[in-house]
Amino acid sequence: MTIEFLLLSVAMAVAAGLVGSFAVMRRMSLAADPLSHVALPGIGIALALHIHPIFGAVAMLAFGALLVWAVEERGGATTESVIGVVFSAALAIGSIMTTGEDLIEALFGGAGALSRPEKIFGLSVASAIVVFIVVFRNSLIIMMVSPDIARTAGINVRRFDLLYLESFALTIALGLRYLGVLLMGALIIIPAATAKRMAHDLNGMMWISVALSVISTILGSAIAVHLHGQAGPIIVLVATALFLLSLLPRPQWRRE
Amino acid sequence: MEEIKTTVPAENALEVTNLSVHFDATRVFTDLSFCVAKGSVLAIIGPNGAGKTVLLRTLIGSLPFAGTVHWAADVRIGYVPQKLDIERDIPITGVDFLSARAAVAHKHSHDMSSAFTLVGMPLEVAQRPIGTMSGGQFQRLLVAFALVADPNVLLLDEPTAGVDEPGQEQLNELVRRLQKSQSLTVLFISHELSVVYKYADNVLCLSSERAWFGPPSTILTPELLRQIYGGEVSYHVHDH
Repeated sequence: MTIEFLLLSVAMAVAAGLVGSFAVMRRMSLAADPLSHVALPGIGIALALHIHPIFGAVAMLAFGALLVWAVEERGGATTESVIGVVFSAALAIGSIMTTGEDLIEALFGGAGALSRPEKIFGLSVASAIVVFIVVFRNSLIIMMVSPDIARTAGINVRRFDLLYLESFALTIALGLRYLGVLLMGALIIIPAATAKRMAHDLNGMMWISVALSVISTILGSAIAVHLHGQAGPIIVLVATALFLLSLLPRPQWRRE
Repeated sequence: MEEIKTTVPAENALEVTNLSVHFDATRVFTDLSFCVAKGSVLAIIGPNGAGKTVLLRTLIGSLPFAGTVHWAADVRIGYVPQKLDIERDIPITGVDFLSARAAVAHKHSHDMSSAFTLVGMPLEVAQRPIGTMSGGQFQRLLVAFALVADPNVLLLDEPTAGVDEPGQEQLNELVRRLQKSQSLTVLFISHELSVVYKYADNVLCLSSERAWFGPPSTILTPELLRQIYGGEVSYHVHDH
């Protein structure tokens, strides 16, 4: 595990922790998983066209977020059906297009050396996401409590919804290398779900979520190196173990 | 759908002309026209399902409509919604919520403290997660939220629902006091005809068939109320 790899995975984990805080509070936990699947056909198309898979994944994820945003306005059951059908189909199509080693790596993450585009993409996108969430957390909080109130506060609710969904999609793209299409949603959701149980206020929620996400990523990667296994599943298991710990009787865990 | 415009004669805060709202095939109201003078109080009354909340949400631009809604150019709206579905375990405190508003409006933290003081919410209550507040506490928080950015128009959707008797009186008096001292324009929905009678300059009465608009003395007549609500309500009006 190189310093560079560590730095990039920490940047990815910080973005995941922040985006996840809002995803969990917005009750988007279940949407995380199907949305991440849409990266797979993107990777397949990119491999077929001999371009870097990350670009295919980002393009499809950005499109997926746009689709969720567009159907969200209609509300209710429509959104859930569309997400369920479209993204499951995406996983199926992607599995046909991507085969062998590439498929396994796309699904669960890989361990190969990081390419230059990946490094640049990873650091710049992670920084952009962190800045977006930190700077606009107030607007996101008001929108989450009530979009109507947010409108009267002069917040462009639809625009922020789209920006948030795109940050979410890009965070998934950041983690594809480490956790893959099937598991990245879990790194966004699980540390944030744990933080939600432990925190009393917004700052606590964001800090705890980031800390748990970073701990899961570093510890998971280290254990994976030790066991000569894949990092993705172990990172998710570490995050899950931390969640289970938070279920222990509250008094000892809610103290700050 | 028409745009919400912000050009009206200086004396009116709001002019609504031929406003119609439909949900698919269901008509909520059609051709509604009224205006609200700056610094005046409009009460919106009517039976459940008459579209009172829909009207307020239309006025803030949350719902599609036909017709025109003209707000004066300098309005700063504070909106208190009727009921919000908040998860009990969401880790957002009253202070988080109000400081978010203060930050978005570029206000200082003392504006937030004075808003809490105005609505009579102690800091230890404000520091609790919003999902654990009682109905009355959360209602006060929403009023404080509406006040923190120094509004000149308040839209209140049953602001005292879920608040205990003394608290209701206190909130009504607070709105009245602010309205007088800062010449606020207030639009409020209420089921309490005594409150409407006491505070409103004009009343907009919505029913499924049509709407009435005018000063309380002409709208809150026993005949009209009987027609809209049924017989028993007119009794309240004779109290005044």
